Amino acid sequence: MTESFQQASLLLKSKKASRAGRTRRPGEAIIVAFLFLCGIFSIFITIAIIFELTKEALLFFQDPNVTLWSFLTGLVWQPKINQFGVVPLLTATMVTSMIAMMVAIPLGLMIAIYLSEYASQKIKGAIKPVMEVLAGIPTVVYGFFALTFITPMLRGVFGSDVVQIYNMAAAGLAMGILILPLIASMSEDALSAVPRSLREAGYSLGSTKFEVAIRIVVPAAISGISAACLLGISRAIGETMIVALAAGAGPNLTLNPFQSAETMTGYMVRISGGDLSYDSMDYNSIFAIGLLLFVVTFVLNIISQRIVRHFREVYE
Amino acid sequence: MKDTTGLDMKTINNLPGRHRVGKIWRGGFFLSTILGVFFLVILLFKIVNDSFGYIVTEYGLSPNALAVNGVPVWDLPKQDLILFLQENVSPGRFKTLMKAQPLEQRSQKEINAIIIQEIVKPKVAQTWSLTESLFQKQEIEAIARENYPDGELSFKAWVNWDFITSPQSSDPLYAGIRTAILGSLLLLVVAITFSLPIGLGAAIYLEEFATDNWLNRLIKTNINNLAGVPSIIYGILGLAIFVRLWEPITSGAFLGGVNVATLNGRTILSGGLTLGLLILPVIIINSQEALRSVPYTIREASYGVGATKWQTIWNHVLPNSIPGIMTGAILAFSRAFGETAPLVVIGASTYIVYDPGSVFSKFTALPIQIYQWTSRPQDEFRNLAAASIIVLLVLLLGMNALAIFLRNRYRRSY
Repeated sequence: MTESFQQASLLLKSKKASRAGRTRRPGEAIIVAFLFLCGIFSIFITIAIIFELTKEALLFFQDPNVTLWSFLTGLVWQPKINQFGVVPLLTATMVTSMIAMMVAIPLGLMIAIYLSEYASQKIKGAIKPVMEVLAGIPTVVYGFFALTFITPMLRGVFGSDVVQIYNMAAAGLAMGILILPLIASMSEDALSAVPRSLREAGYSLGSTKFEVAIRIVVPAAISGISAACLLGISRAIGETMIVALAAGAGPNLTLNPFQSAETMTGYMVRISGGDLSYDSMDYNSIFAIGLLLFVVTFVLNIISQRIVRHFREVYE
Repeated sequence: MKDTTGLDMKTINNLPGRHRVGKIWRGGFFLSTILGVFFLVILLFKIVNDSFGYIVTEYGLSPNALAVNGVPVWDLPKQDLILFLQENVSPGRFKTLMKAQPLEQRSQKEINAIIIQEIVKPKVAQTWSLTESLFQKQEIEAIARENYPDGELSFKAWVNWDFITSPQSSDPLYAGIRTAILGSLLLLVVAITFSLPIGLGAAIYLEEFATDNWLNRLIKTNINNLAGVPSIIYGILGLAIFVRLWEPITSGAFLGGVNVATLNGRTILSGGLTLGLLILPVIIINSQEALRSVPYTIREASYGVGATKWQTIWNHVLPNSIPGIMTGAILAFSRAFGETAPLVVIGASTYIVYDPGSVFSKFTALPIQIYQWTSRPQDEFRNLAAASIIVLLVLLLGMNALAIFLRNRYRRSY
């Protein structure tokens, strides 16, 4: 066996092949080193993000007017009078994200169930590109849509004395439409990955199609669905342009979705939009808020990934 | 009696009822899907609706009243037109116009346009949307006659060739997006040159060379996490590193020569690098998938004839996966093209009249322009925003179509 292999390799050894040599050429070590550097580069990005955000945020907390406690629990954000309480920005972020999820989770899940359990290949082929287009539209376009379409509509329905020109509801609804395709497609993947045998078992026990979908397929895919929802929440919290355009400029501690209030991301955009001078309190504050945002979305993403990995182990 | 699912026998035996419930829900699932499609339709409708429609223009001076010795200016020869212009605008303004391009060298049509812009000075008084223009023509005409007796009612397509080729202007009638489009394209070029080689290199390393150890697992987890970091975080990272820390490089000051005092790091180079960082994880993940789709037998065959690992990758794996890599990369580029928040944060200038000359120029970009115009309260700027959105979406659609074309044209199945 070894002999015949050697013979074959001798036959195959053309002039070119022998020049290439059987051992690794020295140049390849350089190439591999370069590729390794490319691979490790992403770690440097994360380190740079954490380092820069922490460095500037520490400068922010060195100010005598700010402590970590007053930052996290303060109810007023007024940099002009040295009030740096992040709660109003946090509540606005929570309100807009919750409205977005109230649109995106039920609708996205229902679309996913329809596509995976009911739709024919033809309908699937028509709906999926629509979802891809919705997901590919830049967020600034959704901001335009929120401000010039959803807001006037809300003001028409609820009255313009109830709904302010800039309001969290319009921003949240637009954000819901933005996140809808993400939740729909991730949940659809999770539902489609449920083995057919589980469904067959359900039918054999006399279940209807709907009962199989709701009582067997959805519970079996619940980890994938919850991962999609977590990722959606993290997208909503970090979403910037829609809230910057439609939710209003100026921190406001309110839970009323028809009032204007500034979210964390909205504040960061507004402050850095002008010519921001370095080492000012404004400059440092966007890094402190950025760090908070980074930590929250990072934790949500990690949990979501953990769930997905667990879910993969179950069926593959 | 109840079974484990919590249903009693009565419910279970009520088969028609169960089927009815199933049908109702099925209708609900279907309606949700239709609603999703409806959102896209209404979004596109709103944008088109705002990009066309009637406008009323009012003139500082009526164009029909402009005459020299009883001859309407529009019938005058070019030489007289220039004289007329010289007499009617301030000397400083005339000098600026001459400086941009001597009037003698311009065509009659261009000079007419200048006269309208400088002397007639039209202003948009009111605008209507496309549906209003189509279905309420009489009402619009009545309003125009009543409120703007001197005004002129005309149908305007906000998105037109002049709009695409004119530079930015504070006057909505003359504002264009050429500077913004050029800015966006230059940003994209910088982002691609930076992120494509590194992203592809990282993907090759992870797919072909990386063994399963803690470091490589960390790299993989980390790339997935980076893909989920909000874009505004990349913006403030770019602000801290590219704009501030690397100011001597990104402002172009290290090249010397130019007036160093007016330079700062808020340039195309900074913006492009920031966008590059942003799309890097996406490029890596997509390229990894493309590399993974090349079957192992092809690699074995290459090793079998004595090729080294790199020869195998360069001559067999890469050529076979390049369509997939390009498709994924183009999708990443289109994401960079529409990204707004990081550019606002690193300080893209909003009012730039001159075309960006190099990567060290200050810049504006198409999404920034849309953001600015949308945030202005006047209707005519909303129309401009809608028109820019159409241009942006058409460009994005073109990029995506290219990606799909590449995927279908060069896809191989193994």
